Amino acid sequence: MIESHLPAVSTYAKDIDSLILLIGVLVGFWFFVCQGMFFWLMFKFRAREGHRTTYVTGEEKELARWVHIPHYLVLVCDLFIIVGAVRVWYDVKQNLPEPDATVRVIGQQWAWTFVQPGPDGQLDTPDDIRTVDNLHIEVGKTYHYKLESKDVLHNFSVPVFRLKQDAVPGRVITGWFEATRTGEFDIQCAEICGIGHGIMKGRIKIQSPEEHSAWMAQNSTPAIATASAE
Amino acid sequence: MAQSAQTVPHGGHEHHESHGLSYYLFPLDHKIIGMQYLFTGMFMALIGGFFAYAFRMQLAFPGMSVPFFGVVSAGEYNSLVTNHGSIMIFWVAMPVLIAAFGNFLIPLMIGCDDMVFPKVNRLSYQIFLLSVIVLITSFFVPGGGFGGAWTAYPPLSANAQYSLTPLGSTLWLTAVALEFVAFLLGGINFVTTVMNSRAPGMKLYDIPIVVWMIVIASILFTASVGPLIAGAVMLFMDQVVGTQFYDPAAGGDPVLWQHLFWFFGHPEVYVVLLPAMGITADVMVTFARKKLFAYRTVLYTAVGTGVLSFTVWAHHQFIAGIDPRMANVFTITTLLISIPIAEMCFVYIATLYGGSITFKTPMLWALAFVAEFLIGGVTGIFLGASGADIYFHDTYFVLAHFHYTFFPIAIIAVYAGLTYWFPKMFGRMMNDTLGKIHFWGTIIPFNMIFLPLFLLGAWGQHRRIYSYQNFPELAGDTMQNLRILATLSLVTMLLFQLVFLYNFFRSMFKGEKAGKNPWRATTLEWTTESPPGHGNWKEMPTVYRGPYEYGTPGRDQDFWPQNEPS
Amino acid sequence: MTAHAKPLATTRSVAGMPTPRLAIWWVISSEIVIFGGLLTAYILYRLAHDAYSADSAHTNQYIGGFNTLVLLTSSLSAVLAHKAAEHGDGKQAAKLLLLTCLGGLVFLAVKSVEWSIEISHGYTLTASPFWSFYYTAAGIHASHVVAGVIIMAIVARDAARGRELHRVEIIGLYWHFVDVVWIFLFPLLYIAK
Repeated sequence: MIESHLPAVSTYAKDIDSLILLIGVLVGFWFFVCQGMFFWLMFKFRAREGHRTTYVTGEEKELARWVHIPHYLVLVCDLFIIVGAVRVWYDVKQNLPEPDATVRVIGQQWAWTFVQPGPDGQLDTPDDIRTVDNLHIEVGKTYHYKLESKDVLHNFSVPVFRLKQDAVPGRVITGWFEATRTGEFDIQCAEICGIGHGIMKGRIKIQSPEEHSAWMAQNSTPAIATASAE
Repeated sequence: MAQSAQTVPHGGHEHHESHGLSYYLFPLDHKIIGMQYLFTGMFMALIGGFFAYAFRMQLAFPGMSVPFFGVVSAGEYNSLVTNHGSIMIFWVAMPVLIAAFGNFLIPLMIGCDDMVFPKVNRLSYQIFLLSVIVLITSFFVPGGGFGGAWTAYPPLSANAQYSLTPLGSTLWLTAVALEFVAFLLGGINFVTTVMNSRAPGMKLYDIPIVVWMIVIASILFTASVGPLIAGAVMLFMDQVVGTQFYDPAAGGDPVLWQHLFWFFGHPEVYVVLLPAMGITADVMVTFARKKLFAYRTVLYTAVGTGVLSFTVWAHHQFIAGIDPRMANVFTITTLLISIPIAEMCFVYIATLYGGSITFKTPMLWALAFVAEFLIGGVTGIFLGASGADIYFHDTYFVLAHFHYTFFPIAIIAVYAGLTYWFPKMFGRMMNDTLGKIHFWGTIIPFNMIFLPLFLLGAWGQHRRIYSYQNFPELAGDTMQNLRILATLSLVTMLLFQLVFLYNFFRSMFKGEKAGKNPWRATTLEWTTESPPGHGNWKEMPTVYRGPYEYGTPGRDQDFWPQNEPS
Repeated sequence: MTAHAKPLATTRSVAGMPTPRLAIWWVISSEIVIFGGLLTAYILYRLAHDAYSADSAHTNQYIGGFNTLVLLTSSLSAVLAHKAAEHGDGKQAAKLLLLTCLGGLVFLAVKSVEWSIEISHGYTLTASPFWSFYYTAAGIHASHVVAGVIIMAIVARDAARGRELHRVEIIGLYWHFVDVVWIFLFPLLYIAK
């Protein structure tokens, strides 16, 4: 349903889509059973001449079980959903794999700033590459992001990754992603952040290793890079 | 103040007393106060609906000058969505479902002549009216109305330099706080009146479900709103005095507000849901001529839902920066709340079993409530499951989900209640044919508004964006066409509300006379005149049985009023 | 004003407890959650930040302690007023209530002196999060004291004429609640270092 319109481009995007499908099947079943039953009863017990209602309290055992048995089955479905949800959640948000690189993501009214390590592979050194609204990453590499905000709440959302995370001023929130194919996709701010919320957009450019190193060479200042290498 | 009209003694009077103007302006009678809440709520619903029209037009036709509004700027857009949400929840759902129906129905359904504290009741409405005035003022102050979403997350809501609405934010917050005070005061009456002033013979299980639900909702409201009132005081001080409760630079924490807000905000959903379910139950049993299936189960599940609703709030904050381990706890509690709610839905469906159903307008609304609310219920599971919420958070999927809960609650159930109790309120019947035209003209466009929004949300459209043309993934024609479909459906639906308004006000004066009990219902309000005079009954009723004795074996009539001696 | 006939509803007592008493418990419980929310927020902040202890060292325990004593004593006279009212002695009840009022006024007077000193030392509302909480929590509490004193004076006026004696108990319950809130505030704001 989602992938037909929006590609799944991170390692966990497919897991999230499958979880959504699982929930869709389980609740869809109950939804159609309930609606079917509801409309059938409406039709079957429509008022007719000479027909009198059946007097039941709903507390008779043989009737009450029509409510109680489905009710336990719903509980079973809930358990499946809980297990599925917690597993996906654990992979995406709790258990961060070792990173190949770390990128700092800074939200402010109303732009994204991305800070990437330069050739030395370390953040907060003079050869860091700062970009605004465009994040260049390499396909197949595990990235950690360190998410910050300078003013109000923002939300770092990459729909093709199926990833969202609030940026909270005063905190640094760490998460991860790994892209599975190259391309250029949207970054959105998904938490209202003032009148410019609707223009707070970015692009994520997922590059092949060759493209990415070429981009990096082009953007890191050679003088500083040499200076820090000495 | 000349209030001589109210000195009419109880009993032994015709219900056509002539009342002075002050009787309507400063009333103590619960029915008039209920009407004041109802009409204020309806007025606010028109404003909220107009706001929805303005921002939906902007989404469908970005940049166009919207008829009757003008070009919607980004700041105005934020203000429109913020106040649409605030109005529909705080100034429509709450006053109509709890205050209007609560005030009108509680004394009539439990068989007493008024609320126990009529003056507190009047004060409650006056504070509510003040909150309305403050809110409306906030739209017109320099800088414009508040635009930080109805959740008002700081720092955006706390600092004028970020929100750019220095006065709008403060007035909005003041209005919300006043509204809370009004409903705390109202709750005193609802709970104490039901506890202490029931008619002789009315035991706990003889109370109609809708009264129970309003009482449980009042208790939930009181128990959940306190921390938010404290939080609102802190936010107010941050805005006005310059304290830094929510400012991380000075040791504050913006996430604290989110906890306080949702600790209230989630129970609040059930505060409005329960009265809506109560209304539905009362309407369904009357037109199905059936006893409510498992009355006690409904009651227990309502209480269970209420208790559980205090344990789920952080599912709104899965990705808001809370400890990720907490998300697992809240996923479990959130999915557990589906148990009592599912049980309640099953019970409502089972109530139809063995009935003899006539499809009058109120019944159509009640049935539509169950059918539509089911959609809202099942889509909530996607959002309560933490793993899926990572993607769905803040998309139109969320928006469509809660409109499928709030629209049935605040609109469908309210129409069920209004069309059902209209004869009691005004003594005349509404036109059933116009009622059905209005019903289909509301229900079909309603689904055509929000089903496309589920799809847009699933495709990644995020909320509170005044124009999607800035986002390449969201600017395509397919998605834009769905937006246009939703907007045109909304305009259609709003136009059909004119049918209701015409029917409502015409029937009030020209409708067929209703008589005491036009629906042949069993509860106490139908045993007095329509509309009831001051004091409600000439002779106060005594209760002999439960509220829903339809089709009792061995009786000629298929209904057995609560007050009829056996 | 009006000669509004009391509704029949007020005369019923199905739950076995007089309606005014039920209502005041309802008011108190809604207040408990308000103060509960505020104090929970304060405690959570305080546990997370060490700076609070340094700030709270500048509060004056002796003044706070004296005020605690004043409030506790005033609660005692409220109890005695209730007793007098139960025996139908409106005059005595009114006197005792006015004594309670006096306690409240002393509390407020001491409080304003205390705040003046603190503000003159630079510990203003916006000085630090601790002081923000200090003034907010104590301020909300003080507004309850003010409301209590005013209502109590009205109840005392009626009681002195032997009217509405049952209200003596109701305002007493409210006053005890205001007292109990202070019992929580005092250690949290003054003693905890």
